[in-house]
Amino acid sequence: MTQATPQNGAPPVLELKGLSKSFGGLHAVRDVSLQIFAGDRKAIIGPNGAGKTTLFNLITGIFPSTSGQVLLYGEDVTTWPSHKRTALGMARTFQITSLFPKLTVFDNVLLAIEGLRPSKFVMWRFMSSYRDVYDKAHQLLKQASFLDRKDTEVRYLSHGEQRQLEIILGLASDPKILLLDEPAAGLSSGESSEMAKFLLGLDPNLAILLIEHDMDVVFDVADEISVLHFGQMLETGTPEQIHGSQKVQEIYLGTG
Amino acid sequence: MTSQQIKILMVVVALGALAVIVPNTNSFVILLSTRALAFAILVMSLDILLGYTGLASLGQAAYLGVGAYATAILATTYQFGLGMDFWLVILFGMLVGAALAAVFGLLAIRATGVYFLMITLALGQCVWGLAYRWNSLTGGDNGINLRVKPKFAGLDLGHDVTFFYVVFFLFALSLLAMYVLVQSPFGRSLAGIRERELRMQILGYNTWLHKYIAFIIAGGFGGLSGVLWAHTAGIVSPENVVLTTSVDALLMAVLGGAGTLVGGVIGSFIVFGLREYLSTLVPWWQYVLGAVYVLTILYLPFGLMGIPERIRQWRASSGKQADPKTLASVPS
Repeated sequence: MTQATPQNGAPPVLELKGLSKSFGGLHAVRDVSLQIFAGDRKAIIGPNGAGKTTLFNLITGIFPSTSGQVLLYGEDVTTWPSHKRTALGMARTFQITSLFPKLTVFDNVLLAIEGLRPSKFVMWRFMSSYRDVYDKAHQLLKQASFLDRKDTEVRYLSHGEQRQLEIILGLASDPKILLLDEPAAGLSSGESSEMAKFLLGLDPNLAILLIEHDMDVVFDVADEISVLHFGQMLETGTPEQIHGSQKVQEIYLGTG
Repeated sequence: MTSQQIKILMVVVALGALAVIVPNTNSFVILLSTRALAFAILVMSLDILLGYTGLASLGQAAYLGVGAYATAILATTYQFGLGMDFWLVILFGMLVGAALAAVFGLLAIRATGVYFLMITLALGQCVWGLAYRWNSLTGGDNGINLRVKPKFAGLDLGHDVTFFYVVFFLFALSLLAMYVLVQSPFGRSLAGIRERELRMQILGYNTWLHKYIAFIIAGGFGGLSGVLWAHTAGIVSPENVVLTTSVDALLMAVLGGAGTLVGGVIGSFIVFGLREYLSTLVPWWQYVLGAVYVLTILYLPFGLMGIPERIRQWRASSGKQADPKTLASVPS
């Protein structure tokens, strides 16, 4: 857990304190605490229904939490709406692809870049007159070698391409912390390893919290893995520790 | 030239043709065109909500109504707006429409889909109820007659052609303003909200605020439409505010093609034209209009403006070559 100690006492980028969420009698997330510092690569694994996506929805403010706190850079954002959290440097992708299907790839990226700019309220100038935004979209698509498809409507992209565009949109706001909800969902093994390579190439100062079912991606990308089971953090450790853990084996393979 | 520039050129040519041809026809056509243009501003404002933001409002007549009643009351009770101050009334009508939308928006914007439809319908009917019942102010069922039209700087709006040009000018300005709006960063954000609101929130947009602003702008243009409508029709009555007027606006937008702005203008001209001509020919003209709507929704979900795209797709599929879009979706 070397990364968990902050250098020069900087507060964690993201901190969860006893975060819980109940839907009626169902305790989807129970007392989850977590600290993520700049440059961390952490992953949360767990069987289906463990509460992983619910946890992300609490962190990003899609659901209000039942109890506990979410802190960004030491600031309590528990009751903030999603868009204000994004303004502090948070970005996420979705397990179920959430792009703008009838807009082109380029327009999707433009919207993502504009999200944190005051010019998003400008209604007397053409979008196309914002050269800097266009240049940035161009550059983002170039990095991901997407330029040849920039004028394709997103609904005509393959699933793998849509998953990749999910992450490009997440990166467009220059986040400090990126929450990835199963980036490799539905990808072939070849595409998954492409995805892992892509994630490894991201800015080393960016903090990443990853939910993933694809263990190859998790073990490639994450420095530290936490196991979520019935909404609770069961175990946290290095990939090797988790790999050898008796409990994790039980959860995934059953106790028999 | 890009396809976008060709489209703009086509609209400019069509508008130019309209401005040249209509004044040389008879006074019936001139009056009809003036009405269609005045109402088209309301339809375009609704298209901002329906086609660009994905909010189907069934109460848009309320904004036309307050603009029209404000004009009529100012003109008859205070003799205001019959000279140069006509332009102040235009401004005032827009402000009243926007202010009403600012109030109604607080109630309506939280809802989406069919709930938004129901709330806007209910709010629209509240305005109708006021117009119908508040006899001392609105003249109740009889409405308010506007006998005098504005005169200023050598222009007599009582003259059909002059009035047509004034309405045409304001219509063209509105179209330009709304076109810039939908192409602006703000307008693009509305399209994003239409496509996937949750994603927009995560990208940092306060989607409620964007929808609220769009709603107020649509209300402002509705008010403008109302001011022009009052002088075009010469009478303002609860019929202008009733649900049917809102439905008309919605159907015109869908008929022409939602999310295109000019589609609503085409829809407005077709409906006004059909209504005026057919009603003199056959007593069952409403069935024709109904059939037009049903056929559009069944066979042209993108309205009349969607026809070129339809033809292109049909050609692409009947010719043996594959659609370029399918080619583009092959993973690399």
